[in-house]
Amino acid sequence: MTGNFPPNSVGVVATQFYHSQTPLALACGRSLPNFTLAYETYGELNASKSNAILICHALSGHQHVAGYHDAADTKPGWWDLCIGPGKPIDTRRFFVVCSNNLGGCHGSSGPTQLRPDGEQLWGPDFPIVTVEDWVQAQARLADFLGIEQWAAVIGGSLGGMQALQWSMAFPARLRHAIVIASAAKLSAQNIAFNEIARQAIMSDPDFHQGRYYQHGVLPKKGLILARMLGHVTYLSDHAMRLKFGRELQQGQFNFDFNAEFAVESYLRYQGEVFSEIFDANSYLLMTKALDYFDPARAHHDQLADALACARCQFLTVSFSSDWRFAPERSREIVNALVKARKAVSYAQIEAAQGHDAFLLKVPRYLQLLTCYLNTVVTSC
Amino acid sequence: MLRADLLAIERWITPNTQVLDLGCGDGALLDYLQQHKKVQGYGLEIDAINIEHCINRGVNVIEQNLDEGLSNFSQDQFDTVIMTQALQAVKNPQQLLQEMMRIAQRGIITFPNFAYWRIRFQLLFNGRMPMSKSLPYHWYDTPNIHLCTFTDFEDLCRQLNLRVLNRRVVDNRYQRDGLSRLWPNFWGEIALYHVSR
Repeated sequence: MTGNFPPNSVGVVATQFYHSQTPLALACGRSLPNFTLAYETYGELNASKSNAILICHALSGHQHVAGYHDAADTKPGWWDLCIGPGKPIDTRRFFVVCSNNLGGCHGSSGPTQLRPDGEQLWGPDFPIVTVEDWVQAQARLADFLGIEQWAAVIGGSLGGMQALQWSMAFPARLRHAIVIASAAKLSAQNIAFNEIARQAIMSDPDFHQGRYYQHGVLPKKGLILARMLGHVTYLSDHAMRLKFGRELQQGQFNFDFNAEFAVESYLRYQGEVFSEIFDANSYLLMTKALDYFDPARAHHDQLADALACARCQFLTVSFSSDWRFAPERSREIVNALVKARKAVSYAQIEAAQGHDAFLLKVPRYLQLLTCYLNTVVTSC
Repeated sequence: MLRADLLAIERWITPNTQVLDLGCGDGALLDYLQQHKKVQGYGLEIDAINIEHCINRGVNVIEQNLDEGLSNFSQDQFDTVIMTQALQAVKNPQQLLQEMMRIAQRGIITFPNFAYWRIRFQLLFNGRMPMSKSLPYHWYDTPNIHLCTFTDFEDLCRQLNLRVLNRRVVDNRYQRDGLSRLWPNFWGEIALYHVSR
């Protein structure tokens, strides 16, 4: 390993690419003649190929979940906290895989990639993809990697929806599903937040119906607004009060509309950073996938019936101050699983950080994951 | 090592049934029933350490406060609901008992007997709130807010139209002796009840 990384880091890692030449039929009725998934792996697949764990990313995530991209890299993957030697998802014992969702903007087929004809970018013409489609694509990647059955599929938020979907779409292909700070469907309030984010993007004069690439511009203002809104919903009132309070950047009122309060400048900064790295069309697609996910819909709104086919064991986790994916949403999943007589454990972690808690160092949460994953190891 | 109360409860559990354990602690009972009776069990628990113990031993555990009721479970969802040493610590024992017997045909309840002779004597001669091995708290820090006697409990069962199928009276080591059979409400320290609707 090069670079001065902590000893419990997976070190330098590289994104790889899986190309599927077999058409993928999508829920929207369209199909992709071929597609690419950008993915990363950490640890070693054992001889019986029984120690593989799939990590599913959330709205703005990507395949770079742990480690560093080069020796000078200072920012590790988005869930480095949990993945590495000696961490809850211990790479000395597990082979960890994470892929960028279809429609994303980190190397998988999506709006920022070329169409199959190789001449033009997909842009707004990329099909609207769903959680179901993502799981189908991930299953192709599993085939390619020779993984018949995941030891566990793990995800938070939108990633949790994918873990849930895996249990229903491929019951025999996973032994455990860990569904964190997630929901079996979005509430009207949640869809409303997504719609405001989409409107922010689509009403940006630089959006050009999603064909901003051709115009040589980016709908940055819209994306910034969307991200600012998102950030507010990922934090709890309490967390914001602790982090920013009413602190003023310059210690006094300036009687203008610049970012005076710390919270304003934080949101602007986060929005700005995000608008540099994320694609607006991808953001629209991701929010739509969230809105559409509702496995109970095909079962007369009976989630227990939708989950009847599942065979894996479940761990569901929620956080007390999370109002974007509130504990009640996790409880709906748990109640349905109990009703369907599935093996399930559930913990509601006391945490002040809101929805963001699932990515943060919350001791009880990390301890719980460690415990649960110890039981996953014994089945490898 | 098996606790004697587990053995006593085990004989009231039908193999291959659905069991819910209210206040399941470290999951020892469910673990035992899963292994010996092949039950499918879930435990409700609120203590973080206990929840970890359950997960370590492969017992399904759900973080849920009994004081918030059992309305998330439907009628007859389980075969047996068990509640060991928790009845006296909940806010509304009557309502919880009713809820238990809504979601399952049968219930198993254990609780300390406040009419146990040592407790009666402590109150009579010391004039202080009694403390014992099964009630090891001061009046001001006890979680046991609804203590009752065997007679009180059986009155409540009658009021709720519950049938007492079996009753066992034991000491704090869960042993039976002849005296407790003779006058359970005086000599019995802990009660194990098997009830049905």
